[in-house]
Amino acid sequence: MQIMMDKLLKLLYCTLILFSVQGVAQTVEVCNTCEINSLKEAIQMAVAGDTILIKKGTYKEYNIVVDKPLTIKGENYPIIDGEDKGEIIRVTSDHVTIDGLFIINVGTSYTSDHAAIRVVRSEHFLIQNVVLEQLFFGIYIEKSSNGIIYHNKIIGDAQDEYNSGNGIQLWYSKNVLVERNIVQKVRDGIYLEFSDNIIINENTSTNNLRYGLHFMFSNDDLYTNNLFENNGAGVAVMFSKRIKMHHNTFRKNWGSAAFGLLLKEINDAEIKNNVFEENTVGINIEGSNRIVYANNDFISNGYAVKVLGACYANTFEKNNFLYNSFDLSYNSKINDNVFKDNYWSSYTGYDLDRNGIGDVPYRPVKLFSYVVNKTPETIILMRSLFIDIIDFSEKVSPVFTPDNLVDMTPQIKRYE
Amino acid sequence: MLKILKYSFFDLIRSRWSYVYLLFYLLLGCVLLFLNNDLSKAIITLMNVIIILVPLIGTIFGVMYYYNSKEFTELLLAQPIKRSSIFIGQYLGVALSLSMSLVIGLGIPFALYGLFQSNEIWDFVLLLVTGTFLTLIFTALAFNIALYNENKIKGFSYSILLWLFMAVIYDGLFLMSLIAFQSYPLDSFSIGATMFNPIDLSRILILLKLDISALLGYTGAVFQKFFGTGFGLFISIGALSLWVILPVYNIYRKCRKKDF
Repeated sequence: MQIMMDKLLKLLYCTLILFSVQGVAQTVEVCNTCEINSLKEAIQMAVAGDTILIKKGTYKEYNIVVDKPLTIKGENYPIIDGEDKGEIIRVTSDHVTIDGLFIINVGTSYTSDHAAIRVVRSEHFLIQNVVLEQLFFGIYIEKSSNGIIYHNKIIGDAQDEYNSGNGIQLWYSKNVLVERNIVQKVRDGIYLEFSDNIIINENTSTNNLRYGLHFMFSNDDLYTNNLFENNGAGVAVMFSKRIKMHHNTFRKNWGSAAFGLLLKEINDAEIKNNVFEENTVGINIEGSNRIVYANNDFISNGYAVKVLGACYANTFEKNNFLYNSFDLSYNSKINDNVFKDNYWSSYTGYDLDRNGIGDVPYRPVKLFSYVVNKTPETIILMRSLFIDIIDFSEKVSPVFTPDNLVDMTPQIKRYE
Repeated sequence: MLKILKYSFFDLIRSRWSYVYLLFYLLLGCVLLFLNNDLSKAIITLMNVIIILVPLIGTIFGVMYYYNSKEFTELLLAQPIKRSSIFIGQYLGVALSLSMSLVIGLGIPFALYGLFQSNEIWDFVLLLVTGTFLTLIFTALAFNIALYNENKIKGFSYSILLWLFMAVIYDGLFLMSLIAFQSYPLDSFSIGATMFNPIDLSRILILLKLDISALLGYTGAVFQKFFGTGFGLFISIGALSLWVILPVYNIYRKCRKKDF
């Protein structure tokens, strides 16, 4: 009984303290003509739990350190101009909210990664409605967890890979939600390194120099409903486990080393309901095992799927392969992957028993794709009658391509 | 020359074979659109048909027409008409009537299907342009063969052989040489080699439109420049024109000196 009472009392105290803190929480206003006319000053003045309201104007500041739980809110997008001198905002406290700022001119450095907003070893941060321009790194989350990055716009002007930074970077961070951001013209749109349980949803990452989205050593992440268009090389997922990729669109990643999606050393992933359209290579797979590819649309790609190196126990089912120059390319004779129930637009079989499944198995790997792998210049002979003839003879009796690589149940109608 | 062109043209237009050819394309276009329900896919299939069939029909028809109208030609030669206008006129008569069958035969079904409202109109126009080029080229080559060979059988076999060589054998040799020399830089060679075969040239021209994403996958500065810019289109059309001009010039040269 006594213990119960103690507990209750403690709870009461806690609520009281919380209320009192909330009670004294104040709003500190910052504007060009106010008494407090810089963000740094305002942070010094404020106590934990306060809100700093920044009025419209230009504030030339950098190396701002937010070391207490504050809400920093901009009214009509005030401009924080770093004048290319270095990092602009560094958050080192839990429970910090940054909302509605327009941050420009982050300093470029070859020795340290200057960011517009950097969160260091903090939890429960919220960064929203922020616009970043002329940046080096955009939002950099370092060893921080349980935060939200929501509805920001990052527009870079990157020219070369070596002197540009990433739009949103997560490093050793867990449980972060990245949602509805727009990232353009930086090196990697969104970059994850050693970051687990991240959710990336409804972002648009376009025109970036390298990848739209890039995973390194990050596990159990989910990305859905994103659009990746016209990036240097699409999306790269490397050395990661249990990544789920659903309902994304990968478009127009053209170029000699461009992919819609690049998988390297990926295990147990799920790739479902995505659209790959007009990429040089839809999915490039290297050393990736136990991945499920289902219900994806591969439309008008150079190669829909290119398999290099050892890839085992992958399943491709219920996908649409529509008008790709090559549906599938393999560089070895061994196949341990399963292809079933796909629709192939280049399938020429028939369906006599009218059950919707073609009566003749389909062989997605053409001899010509094997030849092109060996001698890339031969691509110039594509769609030649001679090539059709050798493809046909290979189809009848496979010599160079894996003979067990067949879709036994090719669909007659495409999936809607 | 115009009179002879007109005569040959109307003679051919009235002949059964022109109608059969026209009907064939009409039927092909209708069936493809009916089966595919998709313009771009139908255009790809048509491309495969056109780059093989048009040269075949062009050569056979050209040789056949030359040999069939030989007596009439000899009659004309007795008249005070320039030799070149007789032969060039006949050549143009055949080539133009064939091209017309192609354009009308394919044009009608696609136009009815709603080509003008779609984005594929340029792909289709390119298809017709290459088809016409191929007709002009292969009819001219056929006339050349016929002019050099009095023997009908020989002429026919040479023209079939020419078609077979251009359509299949050339690409086989091309592929083998690429594989044999794969350790050398081959971009310029492979682009150069396509220039020497009009069928390959037309194929490349259509590839530029349809499979550009696959072609860009190849790392090579020469390919990038050729396929990635208007440069490739320009060069291909130029080379095709050359392929028309040179054989026609040879007809002109040969027919002036030939004994009948």
